[in-house]
Amino acid sequence: MSSDATSAPATASAPPKRNEKKQSWPDAKGRFGPYGGRYVPETLIPALDELTAGWKSLKRDRAFQKEFQGLLANFIGRPTPLTFATRLSQRLGRKIWLKREDLCHTGAHKINNALGQVLLARNLRKTRIIAETGAGQHGVATATACALIGLKCRIYMGTEDMRRQAPNVFRMRLLGAEVIGIDAGSKTLKDAINEALRDWVANVRDTHYCLGTVYGPHPFPVMVRDFQSVIGREARKQILAAEGRLPNALLACVGGGSNAMGLFHAFVKDAGVRLIGVEAGGNGNDFGQHAARFDGGRPGVFQGTATWVLQNTDGQVQNTHSVSAGLDYAAVGPEHAWLRDQGRAEFLRCSDAEALAGFHLLAEAEAIIPALESSHAIGKLAEVAASLPTDGVLIANISGRGDKDVAEIARLEGLKL
Amino acid sequence: MSTNRIDARFTVLKKSGQKAFIAYFSAGDPNLEATVRLVPALAEAGVDVIELGIPFSDPMADGTANQAAAERALLAGTTVAGVLDAVRRIRAGGCQVPILFYSYLNPIDSYGIARFAADAVAAGADGILPLDLPPDEDPALIATLRAAGLHTVCLAAPTTTPERKRFLARESRGFLYYVCRLGVTGERAELPPDLGEQVAALKAVARAPVCIGFGISTPEQAAAAAAPGDGVIVGSHLVRLIADHGSDPDLVGIVARRARVLADAVHAVRT
Repeated sequence: MSSDATSAPATASAPPKRNEKKQSWPDAKGRFGPYGGRYVPETLIPALDELTAGWKSLKRDRAFQKEFQGLLANFIGRPTPLTFATRLSQRLGRKIWLKREDLCHTGAHKINNALGQVLLARNLRKTRIIAETGAGQHGVATATACALIGLKCRIYMGTEDMRRQAPNVFRMRLLGAEVIGIDAGSKTLKDAINEALRDWVANVRDTHYCLGTVYGPHPFPVMVRDFQSVIGREARKQILAAEGRLPNALLACVGGGSNAMGLFHAFVKDAGVRLIGVEAGGNGNDFGQHAARFDGGRPGVFQGTATWVLQNTDGQVQNTHSVSAGLDYAAVGPEHAWLRDQGRAEFLRCSDAEALAGFHLLAEAEAIIPALESSHAIGKLAEVAASLPTDGVLIANISGRGDKDVAEIARLEGLKL
Repeated sequence: MSTNRIDARFTVLKKSGQKAFIAYFSAGDPNLEATVRLVPALAEAGVDVIELGIPFSDPMADGTANQAAAERALLAGTTVAGVLDAVRRIRAGGCQVPILFYSYLNPIDSYGIARFAADAVAAGADGILPLDLPPDEDPALIATLRAAGLHTVCLAAPTTTPERKRFLARESRGFLYYVCRLGVTGERAELPPDLGEQVAALKAVARAPVCIGFGISTPEQAAAAAAPGDGVIVGSHLVRLIADHGSDPDLVGIVARRARVLADAVHAVRT
C-alpha cells in the first residue's frame, strides 16, 4: 500500500487465515487464571450472554467477516505500515521498527475495535451505542463507526479529559455524537466508565455498550483483543518479510491495554519475543500521582473484572494521574495481569517527563508526532533497546497520532499557540 | 444453631399476614455515630430489615443519591472494619433488627472474604447482598459467606430469563430481591407496569420471600409494590433525607418519622 522505501511490504487482503495457535485462555467463563470474569449487576447478565453468543457466531460468519475486513482495508486504511526508524536505530544501535496505528482513519488503533463492535451491535439489532472515552480516541472512533453504520451514539467523558482533549470533543460532535461530561470523582476515564455502565443497565434492551479496551466483564476483554489482534498479525508478517526473523521485543503503552494486547497477541506463542508494556508513571509514587497498576496496585475487582487495581488498604479505588488521558486509569486489562503472572509479559513505568521527552524525540528524529499515550512507549525505547542483543530488533507500537495533544503540550510547556 | 434474624422476621410477618418493609441507607453517612443511632430508631419505627450499605468508591449500580452518600461516608473515614464495629455497637445496645449488608465485592474482598464473613457474623450481621457478584461467578466465595452464617441475597431483574430466575430463586437466601426496573437506584415517579406479572413469575419459583426495590419512594408506591410480593425496599428516598438533614440535631428523628409512615403503609397491606 505504501510506496515509502522505509516501509515494509504490506500484506493487505490476506488475513482470514489466523496464523497464531489456539489460545488456552480465557476459559468459558472469561477467566484468565485468577483474573477476568463477570462482576456486574444481575441486570447486565442477559446482555453479556447475548453478546458472548453473538460474537461467537459472527466471528465465523463469512458475510460479517467480509464486511469487516473490507472496512478495515478501505475505510480504516489497513494494513498500517511498519516503518523503519532510521535515526533512532542509528542512535540506539538496535533495529527499531514502528507499527503505524497512528495512520488508521481517525488517528489511532481504537477504530479497529469500535468498528467491529458497532457492526456486531447492528447485527444484534441494537439501535443505540454508548461508549466511554479517556483521550477521546475511542470516542471519536465510536462516533465515526456509528456515523458510518447509522446508529445513535452517546459518549461519556470526564470533564477533566474534555478540557485536555478538546479537539476530540469537537470531532465527536461533528460526527453527530452526543458527548456527556462527567463531573464525578477524578473527572477522568474511570468516572466515564461508571456512567456508561449505569446507562447500559438502564437501557440494556436497545443499547450496546461499546467498551474501548481489553477490560470490563467477559466477553469484552477477549472480544476487544480479537478486534485489535489485527495489529500483531500484520506486524508479524511485516517484520518476517522485512527482517526475515521475529523481533526480540515488542513495546507498547498500556492504559486498559488494547493496543498492547492487539500487538502482543499474535506473538504470545513466540517464546523468544519479549512483550513489554509501559504504564503511566505520572509525576510521583503516591496514590493520585500515577497510573502504574503493577507498581503500586494489587489484585482486586473493579468495573466488572478481577485484575490489578490501584486501591487503598480498604479496597477503595484510588484516583490516578497521567499527562496522557488515555493511560489515566486505575486498573489494567485482566489478560495483561495474567501474562505478567506467567512471566510472559514485562511492565515498565514511564513518567510524564519521560513521555514528553519521547514525544519530542519521535517528532524530531522520525518526523512522526505521536499521541501522548504512545509517547510513553517511546519514553522507554532507549532503556529497552539497551537491554537487547546488539543485533536486536524491536517493534514499538505508535498507537495513535499526537494532533489531539499539541495544544495541551504547548500549555504544559508554557507556549501560546 | 440459632435461626437467622431475617428468616425469623419473615416468619413473624407471614403469621400476621403482613409484608416486610426494608430500609436502605449507607453506613457512615454522615458518620458511623449516626449509623449507630439510626438503626435502632428505624427498627423502633417499624422497619423489618435494615439494608446497610458498605460504601465503595465506584458504585456502578447506584444513582446519584447513593453515589453521593457513599462519597460522604468515605470522606467521613468509613472503613469495612468501622462498619462491622458499628454493627457490634448496635447489637450491644440491645437492638435485634435483622441487618443485611449491601456491598460491592472489592471492599469485602480486600478485607478478606473468610475474615469478613466471620467478623460480620460475630458483630451480629445477618446477611449480605453482593451487588456485583452474580451467584454463579464465584460459588466458592458465596459458600464461604454462607458457611459462616450469613444469608446471601440474590438479585433478579426485568431482563432475567425464566431459566435464570429459577436458578436465582434457588440460590437466594433470606429473600430474593427483585430489581423492578432497568437502571440504577434512585427515586422514580411511577412503578413499572409489568410489576405484578414479574413478581408472580418469581414467586412461582422462589422458596424465599420476594421483595421489591429500586425506585420506590412514596408510601403509595410502597403499598402498591408490596401487594404482589412479600416486602418492599426503600433506599434513595431515605438517603436523600439523610443528605438534606445530615447536620440537623434531629436527623435520626426526621428519618425515623419518614420510615414510620412508609412502614405503616406497607404493613397495612394484607396478604
